[in-house]
Amino acid sequence: MSKKTKLTLISIIACIGILFILNSTLGSYQLRILNLCGIYVILALSLNLINGFVGLFSLGHAGFMAIGAYTSALLTMPPEAKEMNFFLKPIVPWLANVQLSFPIALFMAGVLAAGAGVLIGAPVLRLKDDYLAIATLGFSEIIRVIFTNTQSITNGALGIKGLPYIGIFNKASEAIWWTWGVAIITIIFMALLINGSYGRAFKAIREDEIAAEAMGINLFKHKLMAFVIGSFFAGIGGALLGHLMGTIDPLMFRFLLTFNIVLIVVLGGIGSITGSVISAVIVTIAMEALRVLDGDMQIGSYIIKGIPGTRMVVFSALLMIVIIFYQRGIMGTNEFTWDWILKRQKKISEPLNKEKVS
Amino acid sequence: MAILKTDKITMKFGGLTAVSEFDMKIEKNEIIGLIGPNGAGKTTCFNMITGVYTPTEGKIYFEDKDITGEKTHEITKLGIARTFQNIRLFKELSVLDNVLIANHMRLGSNLFSSIIKTPDYRKKEKKIREKSLSLLRDVGLEDLKDEKSSSLPYGKQRRLEIARALATDPKLLILDEPAAGMNPQESNELMDFIRDIRDRFDLTIFLIEHHMQVVMGVCERIYVLDHGVKIADGTPNEIQNNEKVIEAYLGVD
Amino acid sequence: MALQTILQHLVNGISLGSLYALLAIGYTMVYGILRLINFAHGDIFMLGTYIAFYSMTAFFLPWWISFLIAIIVTCIFGIVLERAAYRPLRDSPRISVMISAIGASFLIENLAIVVFGGRPKAFPIPTIFSKILNIGGVSIVSVSIFIPIITAIALFILNYLVNNTKIGMAMRAVSKDYEAARLMGINVNNIISFTFGTGSILAAIGGVMWGLKYPQLIPLMGLMPGLKCFIAAVVGGIGNIRGAVLGGFILGLGEILIVAFSPTLSGYRDAFAFVLLIVILLVKPSGLLGQNTTEKV
Repeated sequence: MSKKTKLTLISIIACIGILFILNSTLGSYQLRILNLCGIYVILALSLNLINGFVGLFSLGHAGFMAIGAYTSALLTMPPEAKEMNFFLKPIVPWLANVQLSFPIALFMAGVLAAGAGVLIGAPVLRLKDDYLAIATLGFSEIIRVIFTNTQSITNGALGIKGLPYIGIFNKASEAIWWTWGVAIITIIFMALLINGSYGRAFKAIREDEIAAEAMGINLFKHKLMAFVIGSFFAGIGGALLGHLMGTIDPLMFRFLLTFNIVLIVVLGGIGSITGSVISAVIVTIAMEALRVLDGDMQIGSYIIKGIPGTRMVVFSALLMIVIIFYQRGIMGTNEFTWDWILKRQKKISEPLNKEKVS
Repeated sequence: MAILKTDKITMKFGGLTAVSEFDMKIEKNEIIGLIGPNGAGKTTCFNMITGVYTPTEGKIYFEDKDITGEKTHEITKLGIARTFQNIRLFKELSVLDNVLIANHMRLGSNLFSSIIKTPDYRKKEKKIREKSLSLLRDVGLEDLKDEKSSSLPYGKQRRLEIARALATDPKLLILDEPAAGMNPQESNELMDFIRDIRDRFDLTIFLIEHHMQVVMGVCERIYVLDHGVKIADGTPNEIQNNEKVIEAYLGVD
Repeated sequence: MALQTILQHLVNGISLGSLYALLAIGYTMVYGILRLINFAHGDIFMLGTYIAFYSMTAFFLPWWISFLIAIIVTCIFGIVLERAAYRPLRDSPRISVMISAIGASFLIENLAIVVFGGRPKAFPIPTIFSKILNIGGVSIVSVSIFIPIITAIALFILNYLVNNTKIGMAMRAVSKDYEAARLMGINVNNIISFTFGTGSILAAIGGVMWGLKYPQLIPLMGLMPGLKCFIAAVVGGIGNIRGAVLGGFILGLGEILIVAFSPTLSGYRDAFAFVLLIVILLVKPSGLLGQNTTEKV
């Protein structure tokens, strides 16, 4: 086993240990945020693969998340719960009595989202830049409109309430292992993908499409590959988000949701896995912490009346500031690799050793 | 068997005819030049051969196979590699990565095995790494393998582009103005380099060049284009004494 | 279906189309010059409506003064937006500029929620716009007549401005070749400001008339029309003002007619624009009146 693999394993074990401690000490509100962090890590990485590594500016993430969330919700909910939800128009028979275990439903969420990724990607990936952005945004809106109107499958605008807890034992304490488990798998998956031959091909497409094609890279095939992988993880992230919230409806999957993920990716550095992870955690926690802005604030004996929405103003302003003054985000396209850390360590210890010798 | 043959290829952009009924033939291991004044349609020819444009009329044969209208990456796979007039490196990536990417097409591993890093994949990855390093050694860039490609000086960027093209294992190498921006000494080195890679990699080379010293020095035969029409072809000597060519370059009184 | 009903729908379609056209022009002009989707354009349109609303309800100004104020303030706002959010990124990758545009859009929307409040407001309609006219058995609200007429006047003036004035010539030059225009001594920054100003004026006119026709104001009211009008601009051929007008009318008429002829599809009305977009991009990416461009290799 190489040194790097060992380090990776050690840090994974450390992560599990930390999660274990957090899971047994934190309150339910903090745990919810911690879960949300994990989910946003998954979502940010999946968008970063498409936008950051292949350079396809896709704005369709919310659509794939919606597909994932609905798939998993409908596959895990018990028949009685479905019947209660679908009181305006009954659910289609072939969905009414299906009930699968959580992991299978979660996987299906990814698969269906990936399938949608193929269907959408095949026509639109021929487009470039802002045309691609607006077309993917268009598709995600179409998905939302369809979900609003297919009453007997999605319950339309009413949404679905009472999604089961994340996990197989129907216990709240289990969620963290699923959200962060999937997040860690996603991180490892992305790191392996990006550092392999296909990852290099993706980056080549981002750098210069014409040159990449002249090097024999099948642009369409590779773009579609990345787009579908991204959709798969977006579907899984969407499913986890749905189960965590407990309620889903089409309005939840507006463009705003995609925007939040774009924000995370940009803040972290477009094209950096580590950046996305760090930024997902920071942004999720900050979003929650800034909720104080929306509520009333008391300074001394004064009470400043909170105005709902202030939080989002701060966040939009933050994005503007980052993109205008600090375009590279936290990490730029750099990564936190073991090589990098080991090199730094050497740099720090080298002068010390020299001193000892002299 | 001619390695590359074009049969009356014509390229029209709207009302403008960039290349008109261009015929040519290249035998294996030849070094052939394509010259002509600016805007004569040289790069358009290259773009038709490499599949960037589909000719409006005419056919292109590579090793007797009709490749007209094939996709660029398919043509690369068949064995035609190219460089670009205005250097198109993968700027943010390292010198070594630039060359590694060119190996991707012939790697023969699927996405899945590249992610879980199967032993087979590791073996292939190791092989292409060695091959890429040896190519970089050939063009004298081995020491710079970890540098960002856009940080290289101009002449080295051109060399890297050639190394990258060679990494696709081509039979025919197409160079679009390889000597652009080079000083006389660099051009001389380039001529030796072109002959050298032809022999070492068993290549056929087709190049566009404005630098007459290079064209006349290295090419065995030359085609001359003017306003999209072939006005002459022959050995450097014949071309130098061809009246039409002189007219095209110097103008008529 | 009775002839009257069809005429009724046509009138509605034409006024919606006019509004879309006015908004689409702003997108197409900015894209023509900066190659940027000004995501915040829909929000500028929203601001126009709100400013008119507040001038009438908070400052009790007569409607025509309010409308004028709305147009002027919105115009200034459009220019400020470009300076603050886009000018600093003039030399940045397009992706950054686009993210900045999305960010600006969300900032304006969220600010609007905080400042104007999230609850819907009712736009006061002066009586002149709410008269019911009876033309040949078809009863039409007067605003539906005003909208196409005012749009036509605005388009006429714009056409004159772009084709017959010096600044119009400069605008066309910048949109054909940014660098060359700069080298010819055109002050590109001024032209860009002027373009944003003009686009915002049209958006404000559209916004005010939108308020008259659909008098419910919410801070996010610019989002959907904004997206749709960008699509209208793409459908017509981005960068082409006539194309934007054509696209606007196709979209407006299309939406109204879908609902009219196939009520079961009415829920899908908002999807029409996006479906149209995807079809156009796949069949003729340069749009109906646009020109093909190829990348130089």
